[in-house]
Amino acid sequence: MSAVSVRDIGVEFGGLAVIENLSIDIREGEFIVLLGPSGCGKSTLLNGIAGLLDVSRGQIWIGGKNVTWTEPKDRGIGMVFQSYSLYPRMSVEENLSFGLRIAGTPKTEVAARVGRAAKMLHLEPLLRRKPSELSGGQRQRVAIGRALVRNCDVFLFDEPLSNLDAKLRNELRIEIKKLHQGIGNTMIYVTHDQVEALTLADRIAVMKSGVIQQFASPRDIYHKPANLFVAGFIGSPAMNMIEGSIAKSGGAVVFQCQASVVDLSRYEFSRPAPTGTVVLGVRPEHIGLGPAPTSQSGGRGKVTLIEPMGGETVVWTEFAGRPLVIKTDGEVDFALGDTIDFHFDPARASVFDAASDERV
Amino acid sequence: MTSAAVPQGRRPKSFDQGRLIVYGVLLLASLFFLIPLWVMLMTAFKSMAEIREGQILYWPQHFTVDAWFKAWSSACTGLTCDGVRVGFWNSVRILIPSVILSIALGGLTGYAMTFYRVPGANFLFAILLIGAFIPYQVFIYPMVRVFSMIGIYDSLTGIVVVHIIFGLSLMTLLFRNYFSALPIELFNAARVDGAGFFTILRHVILPMSAPIIIVATILQVTGIWNDFILGLTFAGRANRPMTVLLNNIVNSTQGEAAYDVDMAATILTALLPLAVYFASGRWFVRGVAAGAVKG
Repeated sequence: MSAVSVRDIGVEFGGLAVIENLSIDIREGEFIVLLGPSGCGKSTLLNGIAGLLDVSRGQIWIGGKNVTWTEPKDRGIGMVFQSYSLYPRMSVEENLSFGLRIAGTPKTEVAARVGRAAKMLHLEPLLRRKPSELSGGQRQRVAIGRALVRNCDVFLFDEPLSNLDAKLRNELRIEIKKLHQGIGNTMIYVTHDQVEALTLADRIAVMKSGVIQQFASPRDIYHKPANLFVAGFIGSPAMNMIEGSIAKSGGAVVFQCQASVVDLSRYEFSRPAPTGTVVLGVRPEHIGLGPAPTSQSGGRGKVTLIEPMGGETVVWTEFAGRPLVIKTDGEVDFALGDTIDFHFDPARASVFDAASDERV
Repeated sequence: MTSAAVPQGRRPKSFDQGRLIVYGVLLLASLFFLIPLWVMLMTAFKSMAEIREGQILYWPQHFTVDAWFKAWSSACTGLTCDGVRVGFWNSVRILIPSVILSIALGGLTGYAMTFYRVPGANFLFAILLIGAFIPYQVFIYPMVRVFSMIGIYDSLTGIVVVHIIFGLSLMTLLFRNYFSALPIELFNAARVDGAGFFTILRHVILPMSAPIIIVATILQVTGIWNDFILGLTFAGRANRPMTVLLNNIVNSTQGEAAYDVDMAATILTALLPLAVYFASGRWFVRGVAAGAVKG
């Protein structure tokens, strides 16, 4: 009974609408990531769910109760903030138990719950320390513990890993994932980091300008982006976008761009192919090197830039007069100016209507 | 090639002309500000006969502390001759409640304005700021009328209330600026944890506020101790603060001016703010800077 349902909410700051008519339904036990660039309204949405921010319209339901007008503490939520926001003058133990103590929970109960959370998050040796004596990762674990101790139904994370260095971020990301697998609570997690989103989420809601662009599994978000924004936002290096048009050639639907023709007969159109300008999106890692086998499309171009990344190498070349980025194995050796053959499978590509930006 | 050292390792210290000028100016400035204090101290330890010679910078030939005792306990302030002693205790009685209450109230207002987005908070804050800039002499007459109407004119309560009111804008400004620099997430975390207005203030915000409370205390202690016109107007004869008595001693002398007693009484009156500055200079600078940068 701890599903979260946001129904048609609007949020305004001083008359300026940040979110309008946004709805999202989150199933019990789901791990949801709100992903988007800064200023897209993802943190606003989270603060609205938490009750730290008043919505101007609509309803918020948590666990089958309408909590739209309820105080944050009565919503059954725990929240973890980007800046840790531990109480600086309290020890770790006092930080963890603060909420319980002011609620008048019996001492034995407080001790038991703090002990359980400390054990789960490996904080036992740190209980007597002050936040200033902890590393960033430890601080964020305490912040998670503070939510854990309160036995809340729903966990809200507001960019919890953004202040950590890359290595700690990876470690803590795994810990959060394990935590979710262990306790199975509903979790809503805000981030602008696509790796965090893809690795953690059961479903990702990609947001832009206060509007959810796509709400789907990481797999669908990555392989079947709903529009050009999602396609461009997810993936690094970014998806190759090639503008062209749809034409018929001998009964088959083809994509045409200057002299290049890509056979789309194996592409699954979700709606009838548009007649105007379209954009063909191809992931850099879906492009292989070497001449195209039958059923695949390809081309040939000069290497203009090489970015070795250790495990893989990103090669820039040209296709139909446009830059094309290819992600390939790190051991392949190139020199600038080399002419290379490349090919890709049109069935794995994405086609967008340039007029509406929508996937077709 | 010359034989100049190859630049490596620590750069050698140099004492150049520019630095000389800086130290020279600093020295002159300190002299400028210290000489009056020096003259006062020297005069207070001299006899009147020696003062008449007019060598105000010289060390006393006959060192005497008579003037200090006289200033403290027997100098005449108009009709009574009890020195500044009475005023000292009056000032203490005015100071303690005024400082505590003005800081408490200013802190509370600053807290509410920072963390509770009261509708019109910015407007309220602007009004408070204007209040801090209007010369308070403007308010004196209306306040006298209001105070006498509600019956607290000429009383300890009256003067304490006046100090609280006039301290409120500066105290609110000080605390608001300090609190604005604290992360709002801390406050939000406490809200999610279930803490209310006063619980958050007591358990989360106050424990972090030691520096600003110290700064506020310094400002209020020195400000209220040095106040003259409010004490003169509102405190009433029974509660006249030390500054008022000092003025009476200096201005009510008959015949020859007793410079030794005047100087001793002045130093005695200034002793408490001086001590406060010496004891807390570090905090004072830190707090003022913190308030200034986060404007």
